[in-house]
Amino acid sequence: MTTSLAEKTAVIADAAPPQPSRGRDRGRKGRNRREEGPLAGRIASNVFLWGYAIVAIWPLLLMVSNALRTQQQIATEPLGLPIPLNFTSFQEAWVTASFETYFINSVVVTVGSVLLSTVVSVMAAYAFARTRSRFFHGIEALFLSGLMLPVHLAILPLFFMLDQLRMTSNIFSLILVYGALGIPFSTFVLAVFFRQLPLELEEAARLDGAGPFRAFWSVMLPLVRPALATVIVFRFVPIWNDFFYPLILMRDRDSYTLPVGLTRFFGEYSTDWPQLFAGLTIATIPLVIVFLLATKQIISGLTSGMSK
Amino acid sequence: MAIALPPRRPRLIRTASHAGVHMRFGSTLVFVLPALLLFAVLILYPMLAALSYSFFGWQGTNRDGFVGFGNYITLLTREPYASELWGGFSHNILLFIGAFIFQNSLGLGIATLLHKRKRSKRFFQTIFALPYLVSPMVIGYLWSLMLSPLFGPVNAILRGVGLEGLALPWLGDPTLAIWVVVFVTAWQWLGFPILLYGAAIAGIPEEISEAVSLDGASAFQRFRYVTLPLLTPSIGIITVLTFIGSMEAMAIPFALGGSSGSPAGATDVMMLLFYRTAFESGNPNSVGISSALATVLFIFILAISVGITRVIRRAERKLY
Repeated sequence: MTTSLAEKTAVIADAAPPQPSRGRDRGRKGRNRREEGPLAGRIASNVFLWGYAIVAIWPLLLMVSNALRTQQQIATEPLGLPIPLNFTSFQEAWVTASFETYFINSVVVTVGSVLLSTVVSVMAAYAFARTRSRFFHGIEALFLSGLMLPVHLAILPLFFMLDQLRMTSNIFSLILVYGALGIPFSTFVLAVFFRQLPLELEEAARLDGAGPFRAFWSVMLPLVRPALATVIVFRFVPIWNDFFYPLILMRDRDSYTLPVGLTRFFGEYSTDWPQLFAGLTIATIPLVIVFLLATKQIISGLTSGMSK
Repeated sequence: MAIALPPRRPRLIRTASHAGVHMRFGSTLVFVLPALLLFAVLILYPMLAALSYSFFGWQGTNRDGFVGFGNYITLLTREPYASELWGGFSHNILLFIGAFIFQNSLGLGIATLLHKRKRSKRFFQTIFALPYLVSPMVIGYLWSLMLSPLFGPVNAILRGVGLEGLALPWLGDPTLAIWVVVFVTAWQWLGFPILLYGAAIAGIPEEISEAVSLDGASAFQRFRYVTLPLLTPSIGIITVLTFIGSMEAMAIPFALGGSSGSPAGATDVMMLLFYRTAFESGNPNSVGISSALATVLFIFILAISVGITRVIRRAERKLY
């Protein structure tokens, strides 16, 4: 669901954000060449790793390949290659099967909610890291509990509340809900980061007459950029992928995001195979691009709390 | 260094000299308020409300009267809820066992092999992590196409290598369908344990394995007496996460078998039962019963997660 499970590691392991260890890696290089072991073992390890790499990636490659073929090609040759490339299925899915609408909704919802949760979380995290008040430490603990609890089980009251406000089928309500759901993970990662920053910088700013807002904006925000990058990229993935909240809260086709759009699409176009593959590909491509551009942030988000 | 479970969060040493950077109550409140409002209205209130809903009888969306544990009793004893709950629950457990076996054999093996790679490590990590990052909805639908009896590439391969007998209608057969769900879930999930185990193994100082090797320990002894004890906390964390993930599974079963867990409830899971009870059932008291189900699920997930964490901590002490 939207609070991705990976985020929960953060609270279970409850440790510092991953620290760069470039120096150590460099030191290891020489040793590891020797440790790779005898030739037979290396071949076996290569076969094993490449073997599973194929198992992991083949279905995804096949998805793209079949999206570029025709119905007849798929029926006669299930394993054939897309020669010649045929983009009509993408066109059909995009226009006639309303993937354009779903895609735009997904982009607006994902970008909006990641921005919302990051902005409110970075402010709260800073306050948590600098306050001495028990009251606010209590609130921080409350936020953290949201990492462990299956909060999506509370969907019914949420649905009633939004229904009374006439906000079901309004993607703005999805932005608010995902924004709130991002708070536990984002405040956790950012507060840990703020706590590790040296206090002297802020102190200097404060002595020069900056108030807490000015110190936060001009001194602290530029310093937490790496943690902000992790939080932004990492929240993108579960929100883009989620189907549970839009399935229940979005009742009108025009407000569907891609994963819910797919459920409708698979019911209606179940016999047009290349178009089905094209729909799945459209839903996946932005995610793969984000992942390839920000592998580092995603992996450090996934393993946050584990690397020590 | 072992990864303590859970290590204390590093606290700042608050000395008098830094007193100037601490914020007053008022400005702290300004910083926290937006997050607090969002959290309170959209997460905290619905959770408390869901709990209270389960103790009332409902007529559609109108609250009727206090019924105590009535809804819970209906859920656990009255048909069709009782048998559907049991069926769904047993499937959730299968999902957990499947993923658990996969990640602690294949996942741990891959992570160990990857650790020795320097140049190709990031490349393999990227490939292994991809299925985990793709939407479970997409993964479910993709496999439903892959396993299609009409044009499915999986059956085409099986026929191609002479295993005609294994080219089965995977999702049409009630005894096979649940195993497909178990396999697809474990296949998608595996990328995550590979990354986590990788991070944990990378955290084991080289000096320890080296010292043990110099003392004449075999590769197996090194794994059993050095790597494994140091990995126990990570195995514990991943087991808890796998458990939570299997209990909350919904997208893949939904994509492979629809909201009713077809064929014949063979792929039903607890979240689908919750969804059907809340939004697709004709029972006027659907709000009460589904809220009772949500609460049961909530407490069950929480209790077992805490339980697993305890057991792992004890095992950790024994292994050292």
